[in-house]
Amino acid sequence: MDIQELIDNFEFLDTWEEKYSYIIELGSHLEPLDEEYRTEEWKVRGCQSQVWLEPKLENGKLLFKGDSDAFIVKGLIAIVLMIYSNKSAQEIKEIEVEEIFAKLGLQEHLSPSRRNGLFSMVEKIKHYADTLA
Amino acid sequence: MYDVYKIRQDFPILSIPVNGKPNTFLDSAASAQKPAQVIEKMRRMYLEEYANVHRGSYYLSEQITVAYEEARSQIHEFLNTKSDKEVVFVRNATEGINLVAASWGRKFLQAGDEVLISQAEHHANLVPWQALRDEKGINLKIFKVSDRGEYLEEEFLNLLSEKTKLVAVTGMSNVLGTVFPIKRMAEQAHKVGALVLVDACQYTVHQKVDVQDLDCDFLVFSGHKTYGPSGIGVLYGKYNILDSMPPYQYGGDMVDTVSYEKTTFNEPPFRFEAGTPAIMQAIGLGEAAKYMMSLGMEDIFKHEQELTTYTTNALNEIKGLKIIGQAKDKGGVFSFNVEGMHPQDLAFILDKEGVAVRTGHHCAQPIVNRMGYESLARASLGLYSTKEDIDTLVAAIRKAQKFF
Repeated sequence: MDIQELIDNFEFLDTWEEKYSYIIELGSHLEPLDEEYRTEEWKVRGCQSQVWLEPKLENGKLLFKGDSDAFIVKGLIAIVLMIYSNKSAQEIKEIEVEEIFAKLGLQEHLSPSRRNGLFSMVEKIKHYADTLA
Repeated sequence: MYDVYKIRQDFPILSIPVNGKPNTFLDSAASAQKPAQVIEKMRRMYLEEYANVHRGSYYLSEQITVAYEEARSQIHEFLNTKSDKEVVFVRNATEGINLVAASWGRKFLQAGDEVLISQAEHHANLVPWQALRDEKGINLKIFKVSDRGEYLEEEFLNLLSEKTKLVAVTGMSNVLGTVFPIKRMAEQAHKVGALVLVDACQYTVHQKVDVQDLDCDFLVFSGHKTYGPSGIGVLYGKYNILDSMPPYQYGGDMVDTVSYEKTTFNEPPFRFEAGTPAIMQAIGLGEAAKYMMSLGMEDIFKHEQELTTYTTNALNEIKGLKIIGQAKDKGGVFSFNVEGMHPQDLAFILDKEGVAVRTGHHCAQPIVNRMGYESLARASLGLYSTKEDIDTLVAAIRKAQKFF
């Protein structure tokens, strides 16, 4: 699924209950993290739940995997990865992530004060785009 | 008669919906809401009577100095200190503890001396002592609480010895809700010659705290948890002890005479209030203390104890929910875990239902880990909390359970 499909799907969800159920569902299909990355070193800091991010550079594209011990956060990670994974550094820099989250009606989850790790995760992805590629 | 519904009218924020739902504010232990009386007092002082304190002999400065010192008197009454001079205004409880560690600790503690704290301390009453340990070579001893979060006297007494110079302990745990028997502990500590510092951040919020009755040597609390503004807190110290302590910070207002060569320092409490203080915040805190005393500390305590029992019973009805901290003597703080659900997920859903709870380690990571968790949800009560708040919380938790 690409992000436009996701935005279209979200338009059919009327209530926050439906949205959250769908987000949890997205998380359950997240590609599992390679076990060697489930360590302190690959943790994203500043989260109330545990969040891990695994970066890889392949053929000039950045591939990410992620995970969390909280289900809603895991679903939100699935969305972030849908937005950022398998893109070049230049493409990553051009993405307006706030705009996409606003379209999904999830903008509050990107706020740095929310401390759910998404903000820090996006910061980290941008950092990788700056340094790895 | 304590009419909580009438009292709630003093807190306009509680009637403003959150996410389209009634505001169910259950995070008072992190920071309490402020009554209109406090806000109005500060507003009026800013609009009509503002100047700096302890300065020029002109009308406004005199007015504000009177109000600032009146706030000190209100805290003197609130804590039943022997005099106003035992009340030092600080930024918050954290600064109060840091002041004691830096001033009293550096002067009076030597390598090999011991500071004794409980397992249930907030980072603010743990980290300053770790830093002092590393600086001075003192030993930091930590006495255990039970698996149910209860105070264990034998654990305390086992570590209390002639080497103990300070017992620094919370009056009421911000994670477990456990109320520690401070008066008895102080008596035992004094027998071995140790001083006693009480972290009263939660303690002063929920019950009458009388420092002369407790016979503690230091006590700290934060204004914003006590229905007052943030940026202000109190350090109480027995006068003779405060008087033996060197300044913590240096600057204006804390000095007696100054020349280019030499400076003599003011007496307590001014010795410890360098620079222009948080004037309006102190006045707001004084007003908050006055507000609590006007409701009656006994009545606040009774209301919250009834609600604590009600909450305990209601939460225990929820399948898979475990309350962490089940001491018999506990206040309105409920840390809990719901099987199969991460506290963060729970908090997201509660938020949509207008319910505010805290999640995470509550700035007391060691005790959360010691109880067997990485993260916990916490609901906490204030003087304005109602049974309806708890019913909404319970319904929201049940709703959240359906998602997972």
